[in-house]
Amino acid sequence: MEKNKSLWQEFSKGLFRENPIFFIVLGLCPTLAITTSLENALGMGIAVIFVLVFSNVVISSIRNIVPDKIRIPCFIVVIASFVTIVELLMYGYFPQIAKKLGIFLPLIVVNCIIMGRAEGFAKNHKIIPSVFDGLGMGLGFSLAILLIAGIREFLGTGKLFGKIICESFSPCAIFILPPGALFTLGVLIALFRRIKKGRADGY
Amino acid sequence: MEDKFLVSFWPHIYDKDSISRIMWTVFLCLILSGIAGVYFFGLHALLLIFVAIITALTTEGLIQYFRKKRITILDGSAALTGLLVVYNLPPQVPFWIPIVGSFFAIAFVKQAFGGLGRNIFNPALSARVFLLLAWPKYMTTFVAPAGSVDALTSATPLTLFKESNIGLSQMGLSYWDLFLGRRPGCIGEVAIIWLLLGAAILLFLRIITWHIPFSYILVLAGLSWMFDKNGLFKGDILFCLMSGGVILGVFFMATDYVTSPLTKRGKIIFGAGCGLLTFIIRRFSGYPEGVSFSILIMNAFVPLIDRYLKPRIYGKK
Repeated sequence: MEKNKSLWQEFSKGLFRENPIFFIVLGLCPTLAITTSLENALGMGIAVIFVLVFSNVVISSIRNIVPDKIRIPCFIVVIASFVTIVELLMYGYFPQIAKKLGIFLPLIVVNCIIMGRAEGFAKNHKIIPSVFDGLGMGLGFSLAILLIAGIREFLGTGKLFGKIICESFSPCAIFILPPGALFTLGVLIALFRRIKKGRADGY
Repeated sequence: MEDKFLVSFWPHIYDKDSISRIMWTVFLCLILSGIAGVYFFGLHALLLIFVAIITALTTEGLIQYFRKKRITILDGSAALTGLLVVYNLPPQVPFWIPIVGSFFAIAFVKQAFGGLGRNIFNPALSARVFLLLAWPKYMTTFVAPAGSVDALTSATPLTLFKESNIGLSQMGLSYWDLFLGRRPGCIGEVAIIWLLLGAAILLFLRIITWHIPFSYILVLAGLSWMFDKNGLFKGDILFCLMSGGVILGVFFMATDYVTSPLTKRGKIIFGAGCGLLTFIIRRFSGYPEGVSFSILIMNAFVPLIDRYLKPRIYGKK
């Protein structure tokens, strides 16, 4: 079974088919909270990709040593170490973004995507497929939050990456408030499910 | 096999009343207040009314077309939503505000939940709150009606009361002005006399019942009178009822069939909850007016109210 799937498939499934946000609907806490600007989303996306890939690698490599009964605490220790590394790195090199992300940076520990991939993939697969799975899922997550953040930042402030795009546009402030996140996410989930269904139906 | 059963939404009661008859009656009862609004605030208000209604009808028609549903834009419900959206807007907003509002009301609040009869929240009020949070600059700028001393931007009586704590006479208004609608405010909420006339017709035709308006007004007026910010039992009841959107909200939006409880007891509780929340928002929050928020919050409780106040089935304990 494992051999039938190519590495490309493991990588690409996270981008669209099993996109963690639009189809698996995991990791919504950062998705809703930090997508107020593209800058935040980029920072969060990179942090999640890093943690996801490395935690997948480590969990996949210790999968035969860890007793089944205590696997969850072990996984959490692994994930938390990488999150701490990311947090310290970000505070060291990108303090502004780290400050903006605030509590949501350490909260990557409990981001369901990472635990979900550890439980759902890395603990049953070898290291190389786990790397590609982590990369794909992380990239899928990042692209999704970048899309949401782009829509919200543009509609809510008229800017992209902090630069004004259209002078005459009257920003719709609700989109950088929490309800705007839910509206955007809801519409996008509906849209992508429609596209996926359309593909499955063959038109 | 499934196709042979007609699955329709409750309540399953047959009557000569039809959706379109009720909706168009409510629409006609509201028209008077709109005419007064246009008279006070000028032709721009008329433009806004048309834009809102046309957008509502177009949105409803397009969504029903693409979802391959029966197109029911002539049943009056979309037109009524559009009219109520624009009645909740200040008279000088740019013309695209009612377009966004009507689109949001129909597409997100009504059709996204499955269309008429299935929406949880009142579409027009949700649109108003959406616009208020989206463009507070436009949504909180009011103008005085034509013919008054200053025809420039001015605050609504409720805002003045909230921020400066001055009485009606210090605002240069009388109860009679409030009653006729000669005050700054939203297009459709100012002309109390015509709203009350429309409400009386609806009550007479039994399209709405007295339960929600009665308990809403009783609780709001009672609390405002008792716990005024100038001291106990000093509140101005007539001012509290005629200075904001209470009359429009109470008779035409809180009583919306879809988003209000089914039973009489439920309706009384719903109205009382709205009254309490309106009082709390007006008195303690940053907003001068709380009718739209309170009706929306109580809308969320309607399924719960219906569930716990189910009428006893005959013969059961």
